[in-house]
Amino acid sequence: MAMLQVNDIHSYYGNIHALKGISLTVEQGEIVTLIGANGAGKTTTLKTISGQLHPRHGTITLEGERIDGLPPHEIVTRGIGQSPEGRKIFGALTVYENLEMGAYARTDKPGIARDLDFVFTLFPRLKERAKQLGGTLSGGEQQMLAMGRAMMTHPRVLMLDEPSMGLAPVLVEAIFETIQKLNQEGTTILLIEQNAAKALQVARRGYVIETGQIVLQDSAEKLRQSERVRKAYLGEE
Amino acid sequence: MLSSPEILQTRSATPWLKSAAQIGVIGGIITISIALQGMIQAFSSRDVIYQVVTMSQAAILLTFFVMGYVAAMRLPMRAASSSIGAGAVAGFISSAALVLLIGLGNVVNLGNVFVNATPQLYELLTFKLGLPIGSLALLLAGLGLGALAGAILLLPDSPRRAILTTLAWIVGLGVLQDLIRVTFADWGFLESALRFFYASNGLSLVGALVLSVLIPALAILWDKQAPRAQTRIDRLPAPTQRALRWGSLGFGVVILFLLPALLGLYLSEVLDNVGLYLLMGLGLNIVVGFAGLLDLGYVAFFAIGAYVAGVLTSPEFSTGVIPNWWLALPIAVLASGAFGVLLGIPVLKMRGDYLAIVTLGFGEIIRLLALSDFLKPWIGGAQGIQRIAKPDLPFIQISWGPQAFYYLFLAGCLLVIFVSYRLKSSRLGRAWMAVREDEDVAQAMGINLVATKLKAFGMGALFGGLAGAIFATKLESIYPHSFNFLISINVLCLIIIGGMGSIPGVVVGALALVGLPELLREFAEFRFLFYGIALVVMMLTRPEGLIPEARRAMELEEFREEETEQATAS
Ligand SMILES: Nc1ncnc2c1ncn2[C@@H]1O[C@H](COP(=O)(O)OP(=O)(O)OP(=O)(O)O)[C@@H](O)[C@H]1O
Ligand SMILES: [Mg+2]
Repeated sequence: MAMLQVNDIHSYYGNIHALKGISLTVEQGEIVTLIGANGAGKTTTLKTISGQLHPRHGTITLEGERIDGLPPHEIVTRGIGQSPEGRKIFGALTVYENLEMGAYARTDKPGIARDLDFVFTLFPRLKERAKQLGGTLSGGEQQMLAMGRAMMTHPRVLMLDEPSMGLAPVLVEAIFETIQKLNQEGTTILLIEQNAAKALQVARRGYVIETGQIVLQDSAEKLRQSERVRKAYLGEE
Repeated sequence: MLSSPEILQTRSATPWLKSAAQIGVIGGIITISIALQGMIQAFSSRDVIYQVVTMSQAAILLTFFVMGYVAAMRLPMRAASSSIGAGAVAGFISSAALVLLIGLGNVVNLGNVFVNATPQLYELLTFKLGLPIGSLALLLAGLGLGALAGAILLLPDSPRRAILTTLAWIVGLGVLQDLIRVTFADWGFLESALRFFYASNGLSLVGALVLSVLIPALAILWDKQAPRAQTRIDRLPAPTQRALRWGSLGFGVVILFLLPALLGLYLSEVLDNVGLYLLMGLGLNIVVGFAGLLDLGYVAFFAIGAYVAGVLTSPEFSTGVIPNWWLALPIAVLASGAFGVLLGIPVLKMRGDYLAIVTLGFGEIIRLLALSDFLKPWIGGAQGIQRIAKPDLPFIQISWGPQAFYYLFLAGCLLVIFVSYRLKSSRLGRAWMAVREDEDVAQAMGINLVATKLKAFGMGALFGGLAGAIFATKLESIYPHSFNFLISINVLCLIIIGGMGSIPGVVVGALALVGLPELLREFAEFRFLFYGIALVVMMLTRPEGLIPEARRAMELEEFREEETEQATAS
């Protein structure tokens, strides 16, 4: 059974038909990437999965259980964590408090402590800055914090919305390394990216979304070679 | 031809002159508005120092002084000449503006536009010395006081603070003379001291002179001794230090309990009002400060608490079956809390300004319902509710005056402060903080937005209901017009002034915004003017509030540091 199964969802913003039948599958232990141009509907897909937006049509299942229609906080506790687009960390809270907030819905103290240790070993930088206010971190640090905070929800599926956005090349490299590391530790990841080249390097499979529809899906390997992807998303001739 | 050093000098001289002139213009606007508001006439017969300075003269002269001080303070580099110069310029321009007003007033009749612009005003402004000499005196006063302020700024910290403290005390003691004399009238030894320091109208000249020696002496002594005492305390062993802390806390509590006896009837009444607003402030602080939900209809819960307590205990109503206020209290509080949750439901999806407008509407709806003929048989309509039960206790007879009610407010406030602190550091408090920061992300962290918001509305309403129930029993009768929307605004203001989300801030805000104006009641007409000035000054100098919440202070401080860094970098 697939870890996360999105089946023909249609989402709207008022009258705007933003998702026109998106279907995708994420298997346990995979990195799956969703790539597409600006305004294609990537974030909307994420929002629909996380319950911030309810699909008018279609189903979403997590390990076979329907989660569409559930409120967002319920979906988090079911095991879908996210690092939102633009990071959205709590600027007035310290790094430590931000991470604590990630564990808000959990009650398993030993598990929380373990995850905190894990986040701090993954991002030693965050440990150094534990007492600093989130809003004063650099962009790269904020991205680390957003990912760390998402990890604190102890997700079975981690959704990352453009984690490399606005970062210097060195940092982009580091972030993608971390994503791979997280995956090796057993986290299933749905990665939304505009940086298709990088995303297709770390992912096993990928989907290409255009104007609210999946236009291509294949293994990352094949997508990288496909002419359409190379022209439109990899900037090659 | 100018030689080059002179060119340099004029170049560097211009900016400070310009800024001092700007301050002077502001000073002029202030003095002119003081004059045209009618304050000069109103306080011309009240002396700060008997037969030396009247309150109206003090207001004008102090403005010169303050403007000079501000102008000198704004200098980037302070040399003796530029500091005194800037002060003099600012003071002079402030006074020149007044002289212009007087001159103009003598040529055309300004009275048609400004009712207070009468010959009497000009006479008072020129110290009754006649137009030419008086105007000259006024200009000299502006120049001199401004220069003096600039000179005082040059002094080392300790004497400068001593002088300013002395000035503040003398003006304060003079302005609040009635209040001070009434309050301490039957305090034996203080009474004779008062008789020495005060004349029939204002401070006596001798008293003022003694004060101007005594206060600086004490201030300088304090400056010297306080750090020494502090190091001595720091050197004490830890248990002794702890005992000392607990001791001073205990002392504080004892003082709190003795206050009504010490301060007498009038000030106890003032404290009761402070307590009432403090209760509401702490309640609204949960909604606005903790959870970040801008509620402008908070008075509704205050009203509901008051009406439920009233309806349940007043013999005028068939529902007035509960003879004792204490039994009605929990019902009133819970009813208010329930309404809080109920009113929260329709506004769950709203944010920011929309929420503010809709809650404002709710507040008015509750008041209009209280006023309506439709509900009159049950809640009294415009006639309100009379004969609400007193909070009598078994076995002891209490005469319910402001002093007795003080203890009820004190108990309520201590309880609510305690609960606020517990809530703030609780899991729920963290959820509120997250919602305040970003609703969407809060949800993505597994926070139940609906429950969290409703709990904030409910909890805030509980406190408001408590305030209302105490208000009802204190006044014994309530009317719809007691639940004006201005109450919501006042409560919001005191939170903002104190510092959003900060519990000590709410206490200070209530004291400053409710207590202080009561003390200034003699200036009733001009109360809101002072109030407005205080608010503007506050927002300019301390936008984060008087006692900001710890983390918010950090945010603003860091922002400021960045700003200055950028400024120095560029
Ligand atoms: N709150 C909203 N209200 C109305 N329309 C919206 C809203 N958010 C997104 N849209 C529209 O939905 C479409 C999909 O937007 P979405 O944010 O999902 O794009 P995206 O693929 O994440 O783009 P980007 O790479 O720029 O983040 C766009 O046409 C956008 O204009
Ligand atoms: Mg997006």
